[in-house]
Amino acid sequence: MTPISLTHIILLSTALFFIGMYGFFTRRNLITILMSIELMLNSVNINFVAFNKYLYPQNIDGIFFSIFIITIAAAEAAVAIAIIINLYRSHNSIDVEDASEMKY
Amino acid sequence: MNAQEIIFYLIAVYILGTGIMAVTTQRIFRASIWLLFSLIGIASLYFWMDLEFIAAVQIVVYVGGIVVLIIFSVFLTQKAGDQMPKALKSRTLPSAFASLFALAFTSNILLHHNFGSASNMLFDPSVDRIGMAMLNTGDGGYILPFEVVSMLLLSAMIGCIVIAMKVKKEEAK
Repeated sequence: MTPISLTHIILLSTALFFIGMYGFFTRRNLITILMSIELMLNSVNINFVAFNKYLYPQNIDGIFFSIFIITIAAAEAAVAIAIIINLYRSHNSIDVEDASEMKY
Repeated sequence: MNAQEIIFYLIAVYILGTGIMAVTTQRIFRASIWLLFSLIGIASLYFWMDLEFIAAVQIVVYVGGIVVLIIFSVFLTQKAGDQMPKALKSRTLPSAFASLFALAFTSNILLHHNFGSASNMLFDPSVDRIGMAMLNTGDGGYILPFEVVSMLLLSAMIGCIVIAMKVKKEEAK
């Protein structure tokens, strides 16, 4: 058993997840909202890898989950930024308050 | 306290500090740079856990790809030195309260949960093992998700081009 236990790492990733959640709630700019989502996805990756390493060291499934999450996060960021640039062209702003046509 | 613990706490403070700066700073370009530092810290945490391959993927994809993409879109849509308007108190206070409450709640559960002991087998995340499992069609192989993800990346690429393509004026009519 290593001196740093699984609990420490999970506490770190929990704190990072809720930092991302705070940013997601307070930010009103689409790019910064995307950054908060990236922080949350990273904290989930830490969880997968830590559970894999400390509880099931004979498997490598958690590593695969992390790799696929990183891949899908890259695709998601690319599509989101394409949408943001398109929105900027039509609205001249990337504030979520200005994009309310589909709200009601 | 040995060196391993000290390094872990340093990495943890670094990740959380830069993460907090990334979600609270008022300048959007600085926020993306703080995010870059936070992602590098997470990569160093993977190095600390002896996962060189995941750390390399993290640096290549996140630091080299996504953050550069975010910085490009910041330059395309904002003036880099601009300050964003300060978030309203009526928004930050409930969000901070909700996040802190959720953090306390989850930490409370975590600290009272016994995860059990790991089996004593050796953890072997070597690149050749990952590569063999990635393209293995047999039991425990990941060839199907691999192919699905490659199709997803292709469709995301086509989707980006279609969404961001400039529509010519006469075509739009």
